[in-house]
Amino acid sequence: MVDAQGIRIGVDVGGTNTDAILMQGSSVRVAMKVPTSEDIGSGVVAAAKAVMDRANVLAQDVGQVMIGTTQFTNAFIERKHLVPVAVIRIALPATKSILPFTDWPSEFSKTIGTNIFLVHGGHEFDGRMITELREDEIVTVAEQINKLGIKAIAITSIFSAIDNSMEEQAAAIIRRECPSAKITLSNEIGRLGLIERENATIMNASLSTFVEEVVGGFRTALKKLKIDAPLFVSQNDGTLMSEKYVGRYPVLTFASGPTNSMRGAANLTSKEEAIVIDIGGTTTDVGVLASGFPRESSIPVDIGGVRTNFRMPDILSIGLGGGSIVREDEDGEITIGPDSVGYRLTDDALVFGGDILTTTDIAVAAGHCKLGDPERVSHLASDLIVRAEDKIHEMIESAVDRMKTNKNDTTVILVGGGSVLVSRDLKGTSEVVIPENFGVANAIGAAIAQVGGEVDRIYSYADLGREEAMKSAKQEAQDACVDAGACAKTLKVVDVEEIPLSYLPGGAVRLRVKVVGELLEAVLA
Amino acid sequence: MQIDLTNLEDFIRGSAFLGTGGGGDPYAGMLMLKQVLNDGMQVSIIDPLNFGDTKTAINILTMGAPTVINEKIPSGAANVLALRRAEKELGYKVDAIMPVEAGGINASIPLVVGALTGLPVIDADGMGRAFPELQMTTYNVAGVSSNPNVMADDKGSVALISTVENIDAERFCRDICVRMGGIGQMACYPLTGKQIKNHAVLHTLTLAVEIGQSIRVAREDHEDVVSALLRFLEFEKVGRVAKVLFDGKVTDLLRETKGGFSIGRVILDNLQGGNSKLEVVFQNEYMIALKDTMPVAMVPDLICIVDRETSEPITTENLKYGQRVKVVGVSVPEIMRTPEALATFGPAGFGLDVEYSPIELLSS
Repeated sequence: MVDAQGIRIGVDVGGTNTDAILMQGSSVRVAMKVPTSEDIGSGVVAAAKAVMDRANVLAQDVGQVMIGTTQFTNAFIERKHLVPVAVIRIALPATKSILPFTDWPSEFSKTIGTNIFLVHGGHEFDGRMITELREDEIVTVAEQINKLGIKAIAITSIFSAIDNSMEEQAAAIIRRECPSAKITLSNEIGRLGLIERENATIMNASLSTFVEEVVGGFRTALKKLKIDAPLFVSQNDGTLMSEKYVGRYPVLTFASGPTNSMRGAANLTSKEEAIVIDIGGTTTDVGVLASGFPRESSIPVDIGGVRTNFRMPDILSIGLGGGSIVREDEDGEITIGPDSVGYRLTDDALVFGGDILTTTDIAVAAGHCKLGDPERVSHLASDLIVRAEDKIHEMIESAVDRMKTNKNDTTVILVGGGSVLVSRDLKGTSEVVIPENFGVANAIGAAIAQVGGEVDRIYSYADLGREEAMKSAKQEAQDACVDAGACAKTLKVVDVEEIPLSYLPGGAVRLRVKVVGELLEAVLA
Repeated sequence: MQIDLTNLEDFIRGSAFLGTGGGGDPYAGMLMLKQVLNDGMQVSIIDPLNFGDTKTAINILTMGAPTVINEKIPSGAANVLALRRAEKELGYKVDAIMPVEAGGINASIPLVVGALTGLPVIDADGMGRAFPELQMTTYNVAGVSSNPNVMADDKGSVALISTVENIDAERFCRDICVRMGGIGQMACYPLTGKQIKNHAVLHTLTLAVEIGQSIRVAREDHEDVVSALLRFLEFEKVGRVAKVLFDGKVTDLLRETKGGFSIGRVILDNLQGGNSKLEVVFQNEYMIALKDTMPVAMVPDLICIVDRETSEPITTENLKYGQRVKVVGVSVPEIMRTPEALATFGPAGFGLDVEYSPIELLSS
């Protein structure tokens, strides 16, 4: 070993494969793909150990370990490992007409329950108080929570994005009365829109026990490898959370998979503005990089049947992957997917001795890649191959066009194992870049050491002026970013959104500012 | 006609369609209705033609910013409070309530109040769609005063506004609603049965349900959804003309905000081939559609932008580059097209420098 500076391990746990990489500075030293294990913790450790061995790196030289995982998303969708939640809404006298859980699938009530407490308080959009928070009400709620034996608590107050003081005060009282409670505050999770933010807060609280197990499991496993480095988990906006933060905000890991691929693509190509196409086995995820970060969805997102509005990458998924089944219907029309042979590709595809025609077979038959036994697809009519390829490119081109924000030709970065399906220039693009290590872009994305801070609130341009409001929002986002562990010298504003409130005079504007910075530990290391 | 849990989503989708791009996200309205219906309450809807001439009703609405409605969700109690205070002012109990607008979230609010109070809701409204201001009603056009204008908030504050002209009621109420935290719950425009029959746009709740229903049924039957919707509007709604103004892709989008209006234009390229383009100008709602600079539909006729596959209505806020959409134009009843009506909520009412032409006379 000459130099052990800045070594870090990135692991991305997917449904089928766990990808691991070992990076030094900005270069990838080793990349590996292993099947995801039943017990995720031990799989992560096996992967970490494998890359360390291959790179000949000692445990004490590992500076950081970064993990991307879909476990929390899956736990919520499958309604597993969830705990009962006490839902406190600080909103009376408003909001009674839509109680918590109104639009939730009823199955959740068996695990999360329907323990609802509405209390007085909340703020107006312009920061005025609606009514005072009443300590005695919170104390009474705490008593009931203790009686019910509930440990996870979700607190949501009206316009807490504008003033979070009531959520904080209520949390302080609950903490005093229920010392072992795990509390989630809505202002730390979601955005404007009470129901969607409250839903995200409840989701987060419901995972509060499971997240401790998972993070504890990672930590124990790393200890076994004698790795004492800080542990980080990737979030859905492409930044990292420290071990401590994950324990509090598991919900922010939702959809971090596609995000990691996109961040990895940006890192591998040094492109900040591009469309990223991640072609997997079953689906193709198309997303947009803006300033190096995934563009976020501006509409509510449904997770497990529950509507939420926390930041999620704006991803268009289409049913096209390396395992997608290719068919020709009666009219001679070629169809592709949406069904796929998935992980059975190496058994079911023609080139691997199976009897199902997949997109991979088409790519092999067309001579774009060498996989399995090309002889087994030599019988395919050249006309069929051409038409199937036409269809594949059409599907991708259409998806790219849907994700664009203007009609200008754009840079496209291709990642994921299914990238071999693209063999031609794509319409509407100025260049198509396929980086080295395109197969493990997700693990690289997980290993990028950046953290973020965000603000989303309503400002009065009439009172403050646009410039002052913008300055205040940026300052707040920067402070949040430093709080999250960023090095103050490296802060960068990556997104500013200005949305005036319609049907309301007075210059009220909703401002959303996002700031990212380098992780302090990584800068120091 | 009935609105219950079985057709609630049809109604909500239909009212979003009638919102013509504005009127607020009806999602909160749907949840409010879902809750009262789940609690066993019922909404009773009556045909205005069966409502006695001397009976009385009052219009119920929420004024303010949809962003605020989605955060500080009205409790329902404030709406009832506004209603009761208006009755006190009038000196009589109303026999029914009704929506002032059939599009957007304000189509749902009176149904919630109807469930909470047991008052029947009249199947008619004063806009036949969504409009941004209180004076833009067929009632106002007919010379009916909106007095008393009562606005309440969830804390229990009540403002009572009496004006000579309805447009002043709009101005005063808008300011009070800002002070009430961005939304205010209103009761205004008391009407007799006779006035409703003469001056309201009739059967618009039914229309919303049926629009939603025809979209749902076509989806379930894997039919072309937009065609099914047009067929319904053309053949089952006597007097309505409906057509696809354009089948295109969003290629440009310009937005700005002035005085509480979300103003902008969206440009579509033709998906059927050819170089023609469609431009739709919006001011909270879609106002005018121009094909290669020639108008093909304009306010008050309905201009609705829907997803070209699913026919899901797309609001001005949710427009995005690259969306594949169909722009549907639907004629409005004659009551909304008189010279007086057009002066109030026709192109002139929105400051558009174009003379109104009905959609059926414009070629597209």
